[in-house]
Amino acid sequence: MEFYITALILGLCLSSMGLGIFITMKIFRIPDITTDGSYTLGAVVTAILLSNHWNMGAIIPVVLIAGAIAGILTGLIHTYIKIDALLSGILVMTALYSINLTLLGRSNVPLLDVSNLFSVFTVFSNSVYNSLAIGLLFIVVITLLVGYILRTDFGIAMRATGNSTSMTRALGINNNKMKIIGLAIANALTALSGYLVAQYQNFTDINMGIGIVITGLGSVLIGEALIKWWNITGIPGQLITVICGSILFQLVLAFTLSIGVDPNLLKLVTASFVLLIVIIPRLRTAS
Amino acid sequence: MIELQHISKRFNKGKVNEVLALQDVSLTIPEQEFVVVIGANGSGKTTLLNILSGAEYCTEGNVIISGTDVSRLPEYKRSKWIARVFQDPLKGTASDLSILDNFRLAAIRTTNKKLIIGVNEAFKKRVKDTISILGMGLENKLEQSMGTLSGGQRQALTLLMSVMDDTRILLLDEPTAALDPRSAALILQTADNLIKQYHLTAILITHNLKDANQYGTRLIQMGEGKIIRDLQKTDKAALTLPQMYEWFN
Repeated sequence: MEFYITALILGLCLSSMGLGIFITMKIFRIPDITTDGSYTLGAVVTAILLSNHWNMGAIIPVVLIAGAIAGILTGLIHTYIKIDALLSGILVMTALYSINLTLLGRSNVPLLDVSNLFSVFTVFSNSVYNSLAIGLLFIVVITLLVGYILRTDFGIAMRATGNSTSMTRALGINNNKMKIIGLAIANALTALSGYLVAQYQNFTDINMGIGIVITGLGSVLIGEALIKWWNITGIPGQLITVICGSILFQLVLAFTLSIGVDPNLLKLVTASFVLLIVIIPRLRTAS
Repeated sequence: MIELQHISKRFNKGKVNEVLALQDVSLTIPEQEFVVVIGANGSGKTTLLNILSGAEYCTEGNVIISGTDVSRLPEYKRSKWIARVFQDPLKGTASDLSILDNFRLAAIRTTNKKLIIGVNEAFKKRVKDTISILGMGLENKLEQSMGTLSGGQRQALTLLMSVMDDTRILLLDEPTAALDPRSAALILQTADNLIKQYHLTAILITHNLKDANQYGTRLIQMGEGKIIRDLQKTDKAALTLPQMYEWFN
C-alpha cells in the first residue's frame, strides 16, 4: 500500500509540471520541451540552496525565477529569432544540461542531512501520510493560483492567443509577449516540480530530467481524455484532470514495477503507455 | 480621422514575383464617414485595409489616424482606435473560449489585460443585453464555446464585440463573403446600425454591388493598386445599380 502512496505523492509532485505542460501544449499549442532542462534546473537550485541552509520557503521564488528564465529564453528564440518552438526548446534544454552540471558541481547531490519541506512540518506522525498531506496542500495552492490567473483578464488573453492570433492582435494583444510569458509560467511550474521531487527523493541528480517531458505530456493527455469523458469545460476542472492524469501516470508505472517488469524497461513502458492513451480515444471515435 | 498619404506597397521586392499592390494611394476619410470599397480581385482593397490596421506595413507613405502617425505602429497597438471584422468568421473569435470570455477580451481591447477577474455578474448582464439585439437566442448560451456556433452567429458576435470597448474606426473586410444571404443581410444591417449608433468611421470592402449601393456614405472603386473612382455622398446616392454593373464590364 505504501508503495502506491509513494507513487501518488510523486504524481502530486510532478503535477506542477503537468500544469506547465498544459499551459504550453493546450493553451498556447506550443510543443515545448525545455521541460527536461528546467525540471532539473529546479532540482539543482533546490539542492544548492538547501545545502547552504537556505529556508525552504525562500528557495521557492528562486526556483520559480530560474525556471521562468529558461522559459523566457525558449520564448525569445522562438518568437524573435523565429525558430521552430520544438527546436528552440531543444536548444535551451541542451544548454541547460551544461549549466545544471556547472551549478551542481558534480552529477549527484544527496540531501539526506538537511531538513526539507516534507520533514519540517508534521501533520501526521506517519511520515508517508505526512508527505502526502504536504504534497497535496502544496499542489492545491498551486492549482488555485494557476486557476485564478487563467480566469483573469490576462488569463483570457493568454488562452485566446493559442486560439486565434489574428483575433488577439486585433484586440490589442502582443502575441509574442504573451507566448514568452506563457513559456515563463510553464517552466517556472516545471522547475517547481524539480524543487518538490528533489526534496521528496532526498537527492538531485543531473540526469533526473531526461525524458521527464513525456510524463508531463502523458498527464495532459490523460487529462484530455478525462475532459472529453466527463465533458468538462471550466478551467478549474481542466486543471484538476491534469493532476489526476499525473497521479494516474505514476500509479500505472508503480503497478508495472510491482508486477515484476525489469526497471530498465521503464522508459519503454512509459512511451508505450503514452501511445496507448493517444490511441484509445481515437479507437472510440472511429468505431 | 484617417489619412493615407502616398501609400505604396510592394510584395517580394527584387524577386521575379514582385507585385506592386498599391501605387501612390492617397485618401482622407473624415470622421463618421462610412466608406464602401469595391474592386476586382487583386485590386488592392484588402492590402489597403491591412496597411490601415497595421497587419502590413506600407513600403512608402504615411498612415495617420487622429493626427498620429501610425505607419510603423504594430497592429496590436493600433487597436486603440480600430476594431476589425474579418472575412473568415473563425478569425475574429477564439473557438475554445466561451462567448462570455470572447466578449470580455473585446471589452478590454484598448486597455491593459490585468490580473483581475473581469467576468462578473454585471458584465454578464451587459453581454446578455448586447447580444439580445440579434434575436438569435445566443444571450442564453453565454458559457458555450465559440467553436460550437455557426459562421453567421460568430460573425454577428464579432461585430457586436467590436463596439464593446471605445471604438473610433470599424474595418469590415468582406464580412459576409462566407455567409448565406439571410445571415449576410443581418450582419450588414447590424453593422449599419452600429456605425450610426456609435458614430463610427467605417470602411467596408465588398464584392456585392447591391450592398455597395445600399450602404455607406462614400464609394471607392479600386483597380490595379489605385483608386479609380471616388464618389461622395450625393453622387453615391444618385448612383444606380445598372450604372455600377457597367463599371465591371
